[in-house]
Amino acid sequence: MSDIWNWQTAADVFWKLIKVVPVTLEATFLGFALAAVLGLVWALMRRSRFRPVSVLSYWLIEFVRSTPLLVQLFFLYLALPRFPVFVIGVTGLGLHYSAYLAEVYRGGIEAVSQGQWEAARALNFSPLKTWTRIILPQAIPPIIPVMGNYLIVLFKETPLLFAINVVEMMSVAKKFGSHTFQYTEAYTIVGVLFFLMSYPSSLLVRWAEQRMALKQ
Amino acid sequence: MALPKVLSRSEDTRKQRTQLIKKTQEGLKVGPNQRSAETTPVVRYRGVKKSFGEVEVLKGIDLDIMPGEKVAVIGPSGSGKTTLARLLMTLERPSGGIIEVEGEPLYHKRVGEGLVPADERHIARVRSKIGMVFQHFNLFPHRTVLQNVTEAPIHVKKMPRRLAEEKARAMLEKVGLIEHIDKYPGQLSGGQKQRVAIARALVMEPKIMLFDEPTSALDPELVGEVLAVIKEIAEKGDMAMMLITHEMQFAREVADRVLFTDGGKIVEQGTPEEIFEHPKSERLQAFLARFRNGFGGGSQ
Amino acid sequence: MTSLETLISLLPTLMKGLVVTLEVFLLGSVVAAVLAFIAGLMRLSKFRIVRFLAAFYVEFFRGTSLLIQLFWIFYVLPFFGLDLSALTAGVLALGLNYGAYGSEVVRSAILSVPRGQTEAAIALNMSPVLRFRRIILPQAWPLMIPPFGNLFIELLKGTSLVSLITLSDLTFQAMSLRTTVSKLEIPIFALLLIIYFVIAYAVTLVMRALEKKATVGRA
Repeated sequence: MSDIWNWQTAADVFWKLIKVVPVTLEATFLGFALAAVLGLVWALMRRSRFRPVSVLSYWLIEFVRSTPLLVQLFFLYLALPRFPVFVIGVTGLGLHYSAYLAEVYRGGIEAVSQGQWEAARALNFSPLKTWTRIILPQAIPPIIPVMGNYLIVLFKETPLLFAINVVEMMSVAKKFGSHTFQYTEAYTIVGVLFFLMSYPSSLLVRWAEQRMALKQ
Repeated sequence: MALPKVLSRSEDTRKQRTQLIKKTQEGLKVGPNQRSAETTPVVRYRGVKKSFGEVEVLKGIDLDIMPGEKVAVIGPSGSGKTTLARLLMTLERPSGGIIEVEGEPLYHKRVGEGLVPADERHIARVRSKIGMVFQHFNLFPHRTVLQNVTEAPIHVKKMPRRLAEEKARAMLEKVGLIEHIDKYPGQLSGGQKQRVAIARALVMEPKIMLFDEPTSALDPELVGEVLAVIKEIAEKGDMAMMLITHEMQFAREVADRVLFTDGGKIVEQGTPEEIFEHPKSERLQAFLARFRNGFGGGSQ
Repeated sequence: MTSLETLISLLPTLMKGLVVTLEVFLLGSVVAAVLAFIAGLMRLSKFRIVRFLAAFYVEFFRGTSLLIQLFWIFYVLPFFGLDLSALTAGVLALGLNYGAYGSEVVRSAILSVPRGQTEAAIALNMSPVLRFRRIILPQAWPLMIPPFGNLFIELLKGTSLVSLITLSDLTFQAMSLRTTVSKLEIPIFALLLIIYFVIAYAVTLVMRALEKKATVGRA
């Protein structure tokens, strides 16, 4: 066992990895914020009565959802050569998951009953006020757990950023592994760290989901 | 829609059977060791109890149902009447007591003088003598009407397909659905679904058939066609029946014996006349009064 | 040569990659589907220990990243004496990962078949195996198809990661072409995205056809 697993090496790599945890978390939250904003834009476009807009949004969502994030990252990396890799990484994550969140928003919006639209019209709300004061405040709370799920999914995809040279946990582990040939410790600790961060979060989301289900 | 013709049962056959049943019940009192084909009840409950968690739904039931006997079970919701049937169908396991089918324990095996819990194989063998019709039909939505009826004969009884289909057609003819055999359950009305369900249970030729509120889930105008079918089966068949129902008039017309359950016990039992005309216990009187006033009917 | 002609001349190389991608995708899908059924059924077992083992597998693979699992299987397992080819490692990682997600699909589809169906089958004296095979599964199956379709598309996207463990799939070929014809790197990757999109669309169509077939005749 000792030649397979060395605790000293494990400790070394652990401290190196801990240092870049903030990078992973920043990429996660910034990427998710972008996805949340873009997703809402796609969802609203999808509902547009002007057909080209809704059709464009449909195919955009389909296209982004059915192509690999890794390839999207490479594409952005090549297309935006002047941008820092971190920005490209965040853009890629945000764009990719905006397509998923657009569908989540859509579900939430469709779940608001028709009567709410009619009531808003009867009270002479402007379209903007109808959205911001009536529809979205009802559509968004029920989908928060689902969005939480996507936050965790997005977090678990951040290791892909190493492929475009962002210095995050995976790239540190890979570098450490190739320098020392201690891949076992490096990749195991990365896995453990991801699990320790994502699993409790997923339990939290499940708890929120159950509470939400009870409310309805 | 071709409704089956309802034959009115002659009072004679009914009296004859009631007498036979009384005789056999008396015969039973001689002692449990003197079993004979004639006197063995098709179903016997002895001290049967059932609890769901803290709640005791059945508090010790003793009941014999004789071959061919039609027993109606009435009582308020939550009185345990559905559980009575579900225990026999092995959909729930009793918490205590013994259930026998044609003299053979359902959940136990005899070992010498004693009883040990039975394995699934034993239960399956004994269960083959029991059939059930559910409140919500529970037809198989992915099978046609004909396939719903042939499914069990072919795959459980290993009957040749052609024979199974022949029998199924005959049965569907009986319940008036022969022109719908290639439809799926989703294309039928509630009354038609329940008639398919009856055919599906009948084709297995059980010794006793359990009807668990067979018309409670139906729209009022569809109740009649289902009751007519059940009535016809009751009049023709030598199969025993346990009929859990809220249809008092129907219970009166069809049953040889009526049980009134309340609070997990059989409070009173007797002929339809005894139960409906001369109820003894206060609880039964109150229950029937509510029905007469039109408050107790319908489904839960 | 014009850019377009150059791009067309690169197609055979990309097609070689396409074959590898499809191979990984199909094998990975089979492994994932099999594992999804096994783990999904295990999670419905009467026995606590069986349920626990399945839950452990599912939580473990859903809790970590596909990329980490892939690297672990390919780079770490050899230290334990398990030297897998890149293809095997890729198929295994994809299968294990998406099998874990798929088990939830199987489980919830089976649970959503009404209880009354099982009861009717018991009343007809069907054995547990017969009940499952002829009554529960045929009703759960159509419910599984759409989520499985989504999962297969996720798996298809996941196949691009095998390029990072030296397997020469579509993404790998595009990466290598990028170094040979650097002025066309953006069109190459645009083309690559389109190819993935077309495969994903084909998968969607197949799943839709399957769904139609599975629900035929039912109202």
